Amino acid sequence: MIRTEEMLLNVGPQHPSTHGVFRIVLKIDGETIVEANPVIGYLHRGTEKLAENLQYTQIIPYTDRMDYLAAMTNNYVICHAVETMMNIEIPERADYLRVLVMELGRVASHLVWFGTYLLDIGAMSPFLYAFREREAIIGFLNEISGARLTFNYMRIGGVKWDAPEGWIEKVRDFVPYMREQLAGYHDLVTGNEIFLNRVKGIGFYSKEEALDYSLSGANLRCTGIAWDLRKDEPYSLYDRFTFDVPAFDSGDAWARYQCRMAEIEESLKIIEQAVEQFPETGEVIAKVPKIIKPPKGEAFVRIESPRGEIGCYIASEGKKEPYRLKFRRPSFYNLQILPKLLVGENISNLITILGGIDIVLGEVDG
Amino acid sequence: MVNDLLTSPAGWIHAAIFFGLGACLLMIVLGFVTYAILAERKVLGFMQLRPGPNRVGGRFGLLQTVADVLKLLIKEDTIPKAADKPLFILAPVLAFAPAFMVLAAIPFSNHLKFSDLSIGLLYYIAISGITTVGILMAGWASNNKYSLLGGMRSAAQMISYEIPLVISVVGVIMFSGSLNLTEIVEGQKTVAYMFLSPLGFIVFLISSIAELNRTPFDLPEAESELVAGYHVEYSGFRWAFFMLTEYVYLFAMAALTTVLFLGGWNPVPFLGCIPGIVWFALKFSLIVFFMIWVRGTMPRLRADQLMEFAWKVLLPVALLNIFVSAVVKELFLR
Repeated sequence: MIRTEEMLLNVGPQHPSTHGVFRIVLKIDGETIVEANPVIGYLHRGTEKLAENLQYTQIIPYTDRMDYLAAMTNNYVICHAVETMMNIEIPERADYLRVLVMELGRVASHLVWFGTYLLDIGAMSPFLYAFREREAIIGFLNEISGARLTFNYMRIGGVKWDAPEGWIEKVRDFVPYMREQLAGYHDLVTGNEIFLNRVKGIGFYSKEEALDYSLSGANLRCTGIAWDLRKDEPYSLYDRFTFDVPAFDSGDAWARYQCRMAEIEESLKIIEQAVEQFPETGEVIAKVPKIIKPPKGEAFVRIESPRGEIGCYIASEGKKEPYRLKFRRPSFYNLQILPKLLVGENISNLITILGGIDIVLGEVDG
Repeated sequence: MVNDLLTSPAGWIHAAIFFGLGACLLMIVLGFVTYAILAERKVLGFMQLRPGPNRVGGRFGLLQTVADVLKLLIKEDTIPKAADKPLFILAPVLAFAPAFMVLAAIPFSNHLKFSDLSIGLLYYIAISGITTVGILMAGWASNNKYSLLGGMRSAAQMISYEIPLVISVVGVIMFSGSLNLTEIVEGQKTVAYMFLSPLGFIVFLISSIAELNRTPFDLPEAESELVAGYHVEYSGFRWAFFMLTEYVYLFAMAALTTVLFLGGWNPVPFLGCIPGIVWFALKFSLIVFFMIWVRGTMPRLRADQLMEFAWKVLLPVALLNIFVSAVVKELFLR
């Protein structure tokens, strides 16, 4: 018997595959992981505490910086919470614009995931292809909001800007183009034997475990539970569109990949329908008081972000600022299962599993 | 001329001539490395919707690599405090020297060759094995956990893939009846060995990519897992040496593939008017392009899958190839 020794390996916060400033301290035996301790908090900015001294409209830009890959959904969740408290009716056109930008954001976010995941696995090209399409989407969002990532687009009661002329047509033309590119991705990656070997059966967890760990989004749907708040608790206009909730049973990285790729297609369906139903005219923001003061009380809303269920809890004392604000940040919850999944895996699988969870550090650290 | 020199008795003048020729070869190879790196970046760029180098040296970035190398030369030479200093310094040299030594055995055309070893093929395989020691040494001497993992991976990988690589050329040796690379090329006058032993060719091509540590077998330096693998602590010109090793091996391996399987400088039928060296360059470029193409397409294998693939797939196929080659030789080449 050869005497072996366990080694402590520090992965991150500066590491190419931790997607930001995530750090994980591994105890390894050869290349096999014996124990994994994630360390988070390097990007903590205290959004929730800061919000206690800000007016509601001023909080919106802070939410952009949480999940910076899908800032529109974050914008929406805070607006939605305040609107629920104040019972504000949203003009139809504003609601359509919100759905459009959120779904475009979802496609962009999944594209970033697809690209970086393949980069983690070692394929370089898909990353650049995915970013070409993402660039187009960011162009649309830039045109409508004036920013490429931190949009600050939604307001309580509607959206800040109406769609510029020709914008809807451009988005309409984008849908078939994106479908074509998506078929290209499948040709390049989905059938690749090496890729399949890397993801199939890796990072498996069961339905029960997924529920126990409170996973959501594609991380839950990969176990076969078709739970999507857009379908199960429709908010905004999602009850007007027909789309499926893709779910796969195998519970591994391969199912999570298939899930996200299928979700891009579903989002495209929603965009297609929203563009068709888009009202010709109308207001983009409801009549809301100059200073927003939700009544005393509390509210919790949850919506489906690209990463899972994002929730927003507001406790109001009837003042301009919230008494307490809390976000349920899906990346943070989804990350909790990581140490359990890593035990007994090797370092290559660490990258596959971590990438498969799809975390955004801005959201994990809050 | 070279043939006369090779067969004539040794003397100081001959030594000087060979030294000059060696220096010439070094320049040619370095020139190749410079432009191979540029070509790789350009081709990958075209595949990946980006222009690649396009500033230094005109709009094709012709001097980009030169600028990169200059930058590496003037960089501060750092050696980590905890590193094993003598080994740390020795490792890049030990990795690089064999890469260059193997070139001596390769004939580039009928007239352009620097030696005529009767065991040319064996020499190549034996010498190239030394590089593994250099890489393992670099991984160990850096005293860094990532480089240690990278070094271990690469040692395991290079040793495992050397075996199918060697066995896959047995077919070629059987056809030509010689280990001399010139004779192997002469044996392909009528038909290239890649058609006679397609299995061997495929196994050889895959194993050679693995030997070169290139995608999809670039585990030793998997940048998304091990940051940079065995050379994570290296910087400046020592690091450049590792890169140089890699590209010189790319040169050598592509040349060897051309010699063994693509018929070296033998022309394609009916196009004999084009000189042999041009054919060699064409076939050689084809192999290099193929390797760049693979890099643009494939994801990376996992360490255990890599080993499994070498021992459970490539090795049996290579063994089968010996049998098939024997049958082919018996039936068609009598």
